[in-house]
Amino acid sequence: MRFKRRGGAIRADLEAVEADVLTAVAGDLLELLGEEADADPDPLAALVGLSDGPVAAPEDPALARLLPDAYGDDDEAATEFRRYTEGDLRSGKRANAGTVLATLAPLTGRGGRLVLDRDEADAWLGCLNDLRLVLGSRLEVTEQTELDLHADDPRAHALQVYGWLGWLQESLLSCLDPRP
Amino acid sequence: MTAPAELDLPAVDDEVVEDRPWVTIVWNDPVNLMSYVTHVLMELFGYPRSHAEKLMMDVHEKGRAVVSNGTREQMEHDVARLHARGLWATLQQD
Repeated sequence: MRFKRRGGAIRADLEAVEADVLTAVAGDLLELLGEEADADPDPLAALVGLSDGPVAAPEDPALARLLPDAYGDDDEAATEFRRYTEGDLRSGKRANAGTVLATLAPLTGRGGRLVLDRDEADAWLGCLNDLRLVLGSRLEVTEQTELDLHADDPRAHALQVYGWLGWLQESLLSCLDPRP
Repeated sequence: MTAPAELDLPAVDDEVVEDRPWVTIVWNDPVNLMSYVTHVLMELFGYPRSHAEKLMMDVHEKGRAVVSNGTREQMEHDVARLHARGLWATLQQD
């Protein structure tokens, strides 16, 4: 599987196992990012985007990496910023994962050709990055991490998936001219 | 997506506004691809590839780079957009 550009479309041919792995990890990401803020107890606050929602940074390091503090040295400002923005940040990442899952759905269990328009490709690009951030955090990846471990290492499979996602992301990037 | 820059933060209402500009900093992390960081900086800020690559290399080699500067509200907007793309960014007063 690698992404190729044909005219305005970006496409890739997936094996069944590739479609299934991507579906599984994107589903996990959606779960990690939690439900939408529709559980907000104050509909008016939700309506104007001022929920009492999350004010503390996530304790899970992987989630904290997806939803980082905006102020490194000012906890109060970081909390305020998070209160106003984290809902949108989560929604955007969930939307990307949703696009990945929707475009993969016809290929699950059997593989086939994935065809993406530019907006879908951008969603894929963002989601592949989020997936790598989560896996990289879980696996405590550093710039020196060797991705090709011996098969009996307990991290070997996950690191292989992590490396493969990076390769996929690189291949997708090569199809996308930046659009300011 | 709502632009956080358009929201007033009550915490600053009573403070004396200083002239020093605010900056957005992107920090190095071991996961993001160099090509991806360059791509995001080009898309979000409209930087030419050469400038985006220089900033990316600064992040990679020095651990951080200032990628934009302006008002606090503008920088909050930039940080939110960078977080949406998965880059590790913070803002602070210069």
